[in-house]
Amino acid sequence: MNREDFPMLEEDIIYLDNGATSLKPKCVIDKTVEYYSKYSANAHRGDYDISYKVDQEYEGTREKVAEFLNADSEEIVFTSGATDSLNMIATGFFAPLIEAGDEILITTSEHASNVLPWFRLQNEKGAIVKYIPLDSNYHVTLDNVKKMVTPNTKIIAIAEITNVIGDVRPIKEICKFAHENNIFVVVDGAQSVPHKKVDVKDLDCDFLAFSAHKMYGPTGLGILYGKKELLENLNPINLGGGMNESFDSPSEILLKDIPTRLEAGTPNIASVIAFGSAIDYLNKIGMDKINERELYLRKYLIDKLIKIPYIDIINLEADSGIVSFNVEGIFSQDVAFYLNKYKVCVRAGNHCAKILKNATKVTNSLRVSLAFYNTESEIDTLVELLSNKDKIVKEML
Amino acid sequence: MDPEIKREIIMEHYQNPLHRHHVDDKSYDMVNTANSSCIDNLNIYIKYDGDVIKDIAFEGEACAISISSTSIMIENLIGKTREEALNIIDNFENMINEKEYSEDVLGNAVVYSDIYKQNSRKSCAFLPYRGLREALTKKDNGKS
Repeated sequence: MNREDFPMLEEDIIYLDNGATSLKPKCVIDKTVEYYSKYSANAHRGDYDISYKVDQEYEGTREKVAEFLNADSEEIVFTSGATDSLNMIATGFFAPLIEAGDEILITTSEHASNVLPWFRLQNEKGAIVKYIPLDSNYHVTLDNVKKMVTPNTKIIAIAEITNVIGDVRPIKEICKFAHENNIFVVVDGAQSVPHKKVDVKDLDCDFLAFSAHKMYGPTGLGILYGKKELLENLNPINLGGGMNESFDSPSEILLKDIPTRLEAGTPNIASVIAFGSAIDYLNKIGMDKINERELYLRKYLIDKLIKIPYIDIINLEADSGIVSFNVEGIFSQDVAFYLNKYKVCVRAGNHCAKILKNATKVTNSLRVSLAFYNTESEIDTLVELLSNKDKIVKEML
Repeated sequence: MDPEIKREIIMEHYQNPLHRHHVDDKSYDMVNTANSSCIDNLNIYIKYDGDVIKDIAFEGEACAISISSTSIMIENLIGKTREEALNIIDNFENMINEKEYSEDVLGNAVVYSDIYKQNSRKSCAFLPYRGLREALTKKDNGKS
């Protein structure tokens, strides 16, 4: 649905790598061009009309994001991406707080960006990273979280939806349990915020990180949501222009309030402004409708894939548009090259989830990640290409 | 060379690669070679006899192009001197980058002469050569 909104879909490709990045609707592209051609000034100046316009648009996006997540606008920080957001949370908020022996719970299916910042706290602060066990479907259950919590647990850092398994974690229940035990919850929303309704007040998570480019917005922009009282205590990693109120000497530095304090330097203005249009666009379609469409497409794909005897589906059960699988006996990358010859774009590899192999015993796979603009006929083409193993072997070189 | 014959040679070396096994022998040097843009990841083991490459073996996970290219490279390089080996690596690199190269030193590796047509596959074909060059140059510097 809504295919006519996406100029990239006029190209001769079948794009099934939306988990890596999504395509951009024309309104987002137009908004980027509008900024560069109509009011290309810096933000936070406001001394002349076009700069005032920039501020209005820039802060307008912050309000739109806040409303989209049911947060307050001062709880929304613009970053360079989900990775940047997660690093700011780990280094700016938790590093000063964490003590040797404190435990951080993650899972083996997390993306590198939600693993390495926590490994750093282990290496530099003596914290201990532990893994919540995954069930037989590689899902996270509240019971397994409970089993891993000790009096030393300080942080639970998990994706709401993971990028290979695509399972939806019970974040709301985990937050409730965690908060009863004085544990902070950090949510990596990179794969969930673009595909389902996320309400931070309802979830009651402490922090949420995600990227604009995976949700039909521009590249180079991420969001860090944090509860206001927590953001107040997040040390800015970058100091510089735009985030200080005044300074005279090293002992006399006055910083601005959140969230501006956490956005040093000239921000990614064009992307922030264009992201406002992406949010408007998503709201117009409706997140529930998007989610419903993507789950329908997933089922449509699974029902066909499952009939191919030499295809091993890794995540048969998952309430998202992510399907990971392998063609028996053929290296995933070779299958991806074969599909590329027919202009089908899928991802092969470990998908940055490099410790997931400990649980699945599969070191690499093909991943199809669907978006609402994908069609039954695109899936039919994919399945038809995968339905002839001899053809794959013959044409994979 | 006929494209169908090229294909057959590549497939044969992919499905039945030569010298693919683990080496647990301290007299071998080991080098890891991996493509950052994908998941090809190989360990290559090399044993020298003075200046001559006496044996090479490899293990690891990679695509059909990388595996076959490694097998073909090993077949060609065993018995060569370091200098000859480095010359073969240079010529292979020139070939996949559409520069001038000497076909007669490459042996079966000429099956990749058209690989430049698939940009993303060039690094797969070159992967073992990159690793071996690193190992040979290290040896030259007396580091290993």
